[in-house]
Amino acid sequence: MTMMHYKPHVTADGRTIGNTMMEMKNITLRFGGVVAIKDISFDIREGEIRAIIGPNGAGKSSMLNVISGFYKPQEGEVWYLGEKRGPMRPFEVARQGIARTFQNIALFEGMTVLDNIMTGRLNHMSASFLDQAIWWGKAEREEVANREKAEEIIDFLEIQAIRKTPVGRLPYGLKKRVELARALVAEPSLLLLDEPMAGMNVEEKEDMSRFILDVNDEYGTTIALIEHDMGVVMDLSDRVVVMDYGKKIGDGTPDEVRNNQEVIDAYLGVAHD
Amino acid sequence: MPEQLVFAMEVSLNGLMTGVMYALVALGFVLIYKASGIFNYAQGVMALFAAMTLVGIQEGRVPFSHLINAIFGTEVHHLPWHSVPALFAILLTVGVMIAFAWLVQKVVFKHLVGQEPIILFMATIGLAYFLEGVADLMWGSEIRTLDVGLPQGINLAIDETTFNWFGYGFFIDNLDIVAAIVAAVLVAGLVAFAQYTKQGRAMRAVADDHQAALSVGISLNFVWILVWSLAGFVALVAGIMWGSKSGVQFSLSLIALKALPVLMLGGFTSIPGAIVGGLIIGVGEALFEFTIGPMIGGATENWFAYVLALVFLVFRPQGLFGEKIIERV
Repeated sequence: MTMMHYKPHVTADGRTIGNTMMEMKNITLRFGGVVAIKDISFDIREGEIRAIIGPNGAGKSSMLNVISGFYKPQEGEVWYLGEKRGPMRPFEVARQGIARTFQNIALFEGMTVLDNIMTGRLNHMSASFLDQAIWWGKAEREEVANREKAEEIIDFLEIQAIRKTPVGRLPYGLKKRVELARALVAEPSLLLLDEPMAGMNVEEKEDMSRFILDVNDEYGTTIALIEHDMGVVMDLSDRVVVMDYGKKIGDGTPDEVRNNQEVIDAYLGVAHD
Repeated sequence: MPEQLVFAMEVSLNGLMTGVMYALVALGFVLIYKASGIFNYAQGVMALFAAMTLVGIQEGRVPFSHLINAIFGTEVHHLPWHSVPALFAILLTVGVMIAFAWLVQKVVFKHLVGQEPIILFMATIGLAYFLEGVADLMWGSEIRTLDVGLPQGINLAIDETTFNWFGYGFFIDNLDIVAAIVAAVLVAGLVAFAQYTKQGRAMRAVADDHQAALSVGISLNFVWILVWSLAGFVALVAGIMWGSKSGVQFSLSLIALKALPVLMLGGFTSIPGAIVGGLIIGVGEALFEFTIGPMIGGATENWFAYVLALVFLVFRPQGLFGEKIIERV
C-alpha cells in the first residue's frame, strides 16, 4: 500500500496543514473476548488538530493508547512519518517524538512542577554519564539549554507562580496544565491529549482550549485529542473521527460530522438492535 | 566528669559507627524499593556474594572450581597469580554485580512486571537462597578473611585526645571511622546522582510513576537494571566493611536482619532516612545494652533494635522520613 499524499493547504485562520503524518490502517484491538477497536482506519496530517470523539466506552482512549504504544493491536498497521511501525514499547514511541497526556493525569507527584517538566527533556540530553559526573562543558550547556526551554514553556502556559510547588499539592486543573507542559517541552511532532478538559469548570476549559490552539498555532505541533465535550471539540478541531462501540461511524470536518445521522444517533442514544 | 558518663560517651560513639554500618545495608534496600516497589530480601545475600567474589578474585581462585573438577576430573583451584591488587579486584567485582543486576532483571523481574508486591517479595526470597547457593558453589563455603588494605585497630589519635580530656582513652576502631566516611561519600554521591544526572532523573521519575515515566521516553527496564546495579554496588561496599570487620562467611548475609529495624524507623523510601535510622538504632541499642543490659543479663542487641522500631511504628507508620500516607476518599 502506498501512502496518500494531500496537497498542503492553508486553513481559514492561516495555519498550514500538510501531508499525512500518521496513518492507522485497519486497527483491531481485543481484550480477551472484548473487542475494543474494530477495524478502524484514519489518518492524522501535519499541523492539524485531530479529534477523536464518541460516547463512553467507544474505544477512544484505547485508540490513543495504540498510537502511543501502550496497547498493541492484534490486527492492523500503524504508519508514522512514512514508515510502518514495528512492535514498539511506549518509551520508544515517546523517543520518536510522540508525547502524550493521560485521562487521569500521570505526573510525578513527589517532584516539583519544574522537575516534572524537566523530565520531559530527558530525550534531549545526550551528555555521557562521565560528562555529567564532572559537570563540565557539554553537560552544563545541555542543562542550561533544557532549562531555558522549560522556562519558555512555563511562561507559555502561565504557570510561573507554581514552578517550585510539589505537584501533589496542586489542584486538578493546574495538574492538567503541568502535564501538558511536560509533554510540550519534549518538542513533540505529535501531541496526544487524552481528555484534556475532563473534570474542568467552564473557565478552566476555556483556558485549556486557548492553550491547545496556541500550541498548534505557535509551535506548529500536530495534535490528536480525545474529548467528551462536543462543543469544545467542534470549536477546536480541523477534522474529527467519531467512534461508537469500537467502530468508526464518522470522519470529517466538524460540520460534516455534526450533520452525520449515525453520529447524531450515537450521541442521542438511538437503540441498537 | 563522672566515669559512667565518659563510658556512655564512648559507647554512643561506637554505637554511631555501628549505626553507619547498618545504614550501609539499609541503603541497598531503599534504592530498589523506591524505584520498583520491590522489597529485596536478597540484599544481605548480595553483600555476602559481593564480598565472596571480591575475596575470590583477590586470591586468584577459579570460580566454580569444585564443579569444574568434579565434571572434568581436573585439579584447578588457583589462577597463576595469587594476589590481585585490591582496587582492580574491586572494579572486577563491580562488573560482576552489574552483570548480576542485568541477569536478575532479564531472568526474573522482567517477567513479573505488574505483579502484586507479595509476588515480587517471594521472588526475592527465592533469589536470596539461590544466590547463596551460587556463592557457595562458585567460591566454596570456607570462612575467609577480607583485606583490601583498610586501616584496622584502635585509633590512637582519638585514644590520646580523649585520655587527655577525661583521663580515659576511647576505643574507636579505625575501620569504623573509614566506614563512616565511606558511607557519607556514598550517600552524597547517590543524592547527587539522583538530583543532577539524566539517569538519576529517570530513576526518580520511575520511582514516582511508571506510566508517566514511559510517556516521557524512559525505559523501565534500563532504570531497573541501573537500580539493581547500584544496590549491588552498595552491597559490595557493605560487604567490604562488614567482611573486613568480621570475616567473609555465611553470617554476613544476616546483616540484612539488622537493616530491617533501620528501615522501619527511617522509612523504606528515604535515603537520608536510612542513615538517620541507622544512627538512631546504632546508638540506641549500644546505650540500652550499656545501661539496662547488665540488669537483665545482657545480649539485648539482638532484639532491642526491633523494639525501638516497633515503638516508632506506632507513632509514625511511614517511618521518620517516609512519604506521608494520605488516604483520599
